[in-house]
Amino acid sequence: MTFSLFFQSLINGLNLGATYALIALGYTMVYGIIRMINFAHGDFIMIGAYTLFYTVPLMVDSGMPAWLAVAAAIVVCAIVGVLVETFAYRPVRKAGPMSALITALAMSIFLQNLAMVLFGSRPHNVSAIFSLPSVSVAGVTVSLNVVLTIVIGLAIMLGLQLFVQKTKLGKAMRAVPQDRDASTLMGINVNRIITVTFAIGSALAAVAALMYCTTYPRVTNDMGTTMGMKAFIAAVLGGIGVIPGAMLGGVLVGLIEVFVRLFAPGWYEAVTYATLIVILLVKPSGILGRNTGEKV
Amino acid sequence: MAETTAKTPILKAQNLGIQFGGLKAVDDFNIEIGQSELVGLIGPNGAGKTTVFNLITGVYKPTEGSFYLCGERMNGKKTHQIVHAGIARTFQNIRLFKKMTVIENVKAAMQEHLTYGIAQAIFRTPKYWAEEAAATKRAKELLEVVHLSGKEELEADNLPYGQQRRLEIARALATDMKLLLLDEPAAGMNPTETEELLEIIDYIRDAFKVSVLLIEHDMSLVMKICERIQVLDFGTTIAAGTPAEVANDPRVIEAYLGKPRKEAAKDA
Amino acid sequence: MTKKRALSYLLNFAGVAVLFAALTAMFAFNGFGDSTTYVEGVCTTACYTIIMVASLNLVVGFMGEFSLGHAGFVSVGAYVAAITSNALAGRGLSDAALLIVAVLAGGLAAGLAGVLVGIPALRLRGDYLAIVTMAFAEIIRVVFCNLEITGGGRTMSGILKLSTFGSTFWIMVVCVTIMFLFVRSRFGRTVQAIREDYIAAEASGINVTFYKVMTFAVSSFFAGVGGGVYAHYMTAMIPTNFDFNYSAELLSEVIIGGTGSLTGSIIGAAFLSALPELMRQFSTYRMLGYSVVLVLVMLFRPGGIFGRWEFSLTRALEKLAGRGKSKTGAPEPLPESPAAKPAPEKGA
Repeated sequence: MTFSLFFQSLINGLNLGATYALIALGYTMVYGIIRMINFAHGDFIMIGAYTLFYTVPLMVDSGMPAWLAVAAAIVVCAIVGVLVETFAYRPVRKAGPMSALITALAMSIFLQNLAMVLFGSRPHNVSAIFSLPSVSVAGVTVSLNVVLTIVIGLAIMLGLQLFVQKTKLGKAMRAVPQDRDASTLMGINVNRIITVTFAIGSALAAVAALMYCTTYPRVTNDMGTTMGMKAFIAAVLGGIGVIPGAMLGGVLVGLIEVFVRLFAPGWYEAVTYATLIVILLVKPSGILGRNTGEKV
Repeated sequence: MAETTAKTPILKAQNLGIQFGGLKAVDDFNIEIGQSELVGLIGPNGAGKTTVFNLITGVYKPTEGSFYLCGERMNGKKTHQIVHAGIARTFQNIRLFKKMTVIENVKAAMQEHLTYGIAQAIFRTPKYWAEEAAATKRAKELLEVVHLSGKEELEADNLPYGQQRRLEIARALATDMKLLLLDEPAAGMNPTETEELLEIIDYIRDAFKVSVLLIEHDMSLVMKICERIQVLDFGTTIAAGTPAEVANDPRVIEAYLGKPRKEAAKDA
Repeated sequence: MTKKRALSYLLNFAGVAVLFAALTAMFAFNGFGDSTTYVEGVCTTACYTIIMVASLNLVVGFMGEFSLGHAGFVSVGAYVAAITSNALAGRGLSDAALLIVAVLAGGLAAGLAGVLVGIPALRLRGDYLAIVTMAFAEIIRVVFCNLEITGGGRTMSGILKLSTFGSTFWIMVVCVTIMFLFVRSRFGRTVQAIREDYIAAEASGINVTFYKVMTFAVSSFFAGVGGGVYAHYMTAMIPTNFDFNYSAELLSEVIIGGTGSLTGSIIGAAFLSALPELMRQFSTYRMLGYSVVLVLVMLFRPGGIFGRWEFSLTRALEKLAGRGKSKTGAPEPLPESPAAKPAPEKGA
């Protein structure tokens, strides 16, 4: 492998990885707080991408910078996330994990088909959001667009980590998964924390949509399934419920995907899944996850 | 069942111990239980009593020492193999198969005594019917032992608390064990229920010729029925002997009633 | 006692035969008018879906673990069965014999895959197990996408059309009966005990890992049989047919019908596999409707429509004949009575 190919792939892998990491954060935060795999999370990206598709031209027409569209996407995604949580997930929360799982699957089907009804099943092309040039460094051409998205991704993850560690709301978000009843007794409004978690997770999906569309500007109503699944794998790989784990997992999955593709294009998904299986068998709670055995 | 001579103890533990991280949960645990003996294991909260049970039943792997059932070394065996060999237990925080009927709870523990295969189950061969009928009959007998006749078809979850504890004992009996471990069998029972339980334990010991190791918080109960008592505190044995001996042992009194814990730890 | 048992078998068999005769007659005499062929297709689809869903219920309902990768085992059965029948075609086997051999081969291959996946995967529980089964199913799909013999990622077509309504119906009856008898034996009892409390099961002398893997393998075997029938009905397939969405669909049918109720699986599979077809007029909205139905059932019947209740023809008839004598309300220990097949055509 030449150096330039390696470097190019590294950049691509990090770009993809940062996108997965942002989505994985949404899975992880929700799982961390209500022990539920939110299968509809992948579809939030689709919603973000459609919002970008419709708002980017609006921004451009009204003379504003195109990237402001992401603000609209963030708002729309956060609202959808909160609606899904309030109207579908909250009512079944006490009914056990099976009901929660099926409800999440149902919401995924619902959102995808709603998008098909509203926007049709043909792919839409999102117009360019950033138009930065490419630069050549040591014989490697690097698109500054990609560099920018990586930087955005990293900045958001850093911000999230600070938010969760330092702010009062962030502390409450960490307290609820530890002991929901005790949190209530300490005056934390658990339902509100869950809503906030969904809002933040969905907003992150909107940013992920921005990053994804910068590289692959195609929107379809089922784009969330594959993306969501890989990001979900990333979350589990890193240790679901653990925020740094989602970032590590995301980058790992991105890099595996890009590098395996170089050598065995048809097999990259299998390698990702096999990595997941191996890691779970060695460390059942993921790389950074904490083991919790059952007390006898 | 009784191929053991009077000399080989049913259970023998030698220097048994386990560490979690740096903490010695149980250290240098020794015990010998003979045929049909009823031994009590007592100690304050967190003394390591249940951990001893978990070691003997293979839930935890001992980090030191070894234990033997009728002379056969049991270290490193899996729980179900140990049950097979002849140790059965009940749980402090009742663990029944809640959504199954009472009789199915007992029959589930007879799994290893049934020998019909999948094909025989599917074709409902005479062997299937014979074995299932025998298992049902045996399960009913065991339920009678713990005074649960007539409750066969109830869901285990719907039994009152005291009956659930007795059902656990019936389930343990169904494994055909030589040593029965009872983890706080009287916890949460009222005096009448406790009295009934004591009768049952006594009966089981005589009728099934099994040895019993019993964890109990209630000192008076232990004093009443156990022939020997071993006292644990902070994972180590601080006294062992007849009920009378133990009751007068200053260290036991200390561990239970008096003296600040710090000193007790220093002594240990 | 034995007489009662034999009578019960006979009754159930008669019930199934009557149902079959009625449906076949309807199809033969164009009972549904222009849409007869179409209805027959829906019924056939319902029958093989029942096999897949009931088999998944062994894991989800009776063992109490999620599997999000059932489609993987279905695909192993489908491809192996298709390859087998293609290899044996023209060797003088009758259609029925060829189908049975192919379907058995598919089932065995899927069962073997179940053992291979189950041994490592079943060390995990709950959500983690669900994820790992999903990962295995995806790996299986990628493998089929890359193998020449399965079409190399393209459609594998030209599979013999061996599955008719009749053959599919009877294969379904045999499969469901076997699963029912499996569940009502020491094996089912053991697996349910593991579901209720695996620590207590272990402490009752049950080799938890062994029985889990065994149940998983049995479940995979029938998934493979279902897949084999599917292949010989569709005659063409592509690995992406068996993706995560298919697994999710099968799982939702199990849970809607009732976890731990084979009756529920039968009706859930029949109804839900027919539902999207029946709503075809409203094609754009049908999946929307489907998802809303799922959420509503979860809201109002979290245990699924049938919970753990099983239909028994013998019991129903006894009740009808007023022989219910001194029976208390509690469900009695059933005599052997495979759940009689409810009519899949009811929705039509």
